[in-house]
Amino acid sequence: MRETKYWTWFMAAGLLILALLGLHMVVMHLGSLTHLFAAHPDQPSVAQANSQARDASLFFTLSYVVLLGAGLFHGLYGLRVVVFELSLKPAAEKALSALLLVVGLGLFGLGTYAAFAAHGRAAGASPAVASVAGASLAGRS
Amino acid sequence: MPELKRHDNRLGIWGWLGGGRWGMERYAYILHRVTGLGILAYFLMHICVTSLRAWGIYLWTGEGAFLDAPVFKVGEFLVFSAFAFHAFNGVRLILVELGFAVGKPIEPVYPYKSSLHVQRPLFLAMMVLAAVFFAAGSYEFWHGLAR
Repeated sequence: MRETKYWTWFMAAGLLILALLGLHMVVMHLGSLTHLFAAHPDQPSVAQANSQARDASLFFTLSYVVLLGAGLFHGLYGLRVVVFELSLKPAAEKALSALLLVVGLGLFGLGTYAAFAAHGRAAGASPAVASVAGASLAGRS
Repeated sequence: MPELKRHDNRLGIWGWLGGGRWGMERYAYILHRVTGLGILAYFLMHICVTSLRAWGIYLWTGEGAFLDAPVFKVGEFLVFSAFAFHAFNGVRLILVELGFAVGKPIEPVYPYKSSLHVQRPLFLAMMVLAAVFFAAGSYEFWHGLAR
């Protein structure tokens, strides 16, 4: 029953990732075609100015944290399912589950801290960046 | 909690990779696993690298940026391609898991008709969507290299 619950979460996380990572991919890898959320359209999507503009937006900060959590659960649970198919001993399965849980929580903590710290730096250090990002999100630039 | 009934996976990793004479869905299954593991490996590194921006370090941009080297650009393109396949094939798997596009149960009358025949149009439609997404990303990738 517990595994069924995890599997349902795994599928739900996949759909969440499809939406958020799809948006991330469109912004980062189709930027020259779409210019979506580009505060500085003259620069590549990955340029520091555009990165900081996205970091200044609360929408992007929260979407990064949700994507991070969903991605880590989907990826690490998927890895667990794949490895468990190799017929491990129960003790090895428990150890692997514990290791993946520690890795997942550790990376989630690091990524969440970084997202909010970068948001604070970008929004606080340069109000101009925040206003450009806000204008871009509202579709005015 | 009752113990799960287990069966030995005597083929091991070869059990995943040995497509044999199975249909194209079997090869999609293998590719789904390979791309999933590849994306996970990239994702774990991506979290560490992008987290450095909290301390003002942007390894992926700027003059002579560490991650601007061609090998990383090619790797990034591979991850994008893997995402295009994994995402659209994943949508197909979820739809099939939830019972969509598998057809209604029928009497097993010879010549037997497999459910895979009913599922195949969905598979082909998803692969077309993945190819369109891949083509758009390829244009962006080459456009970026030419800049």
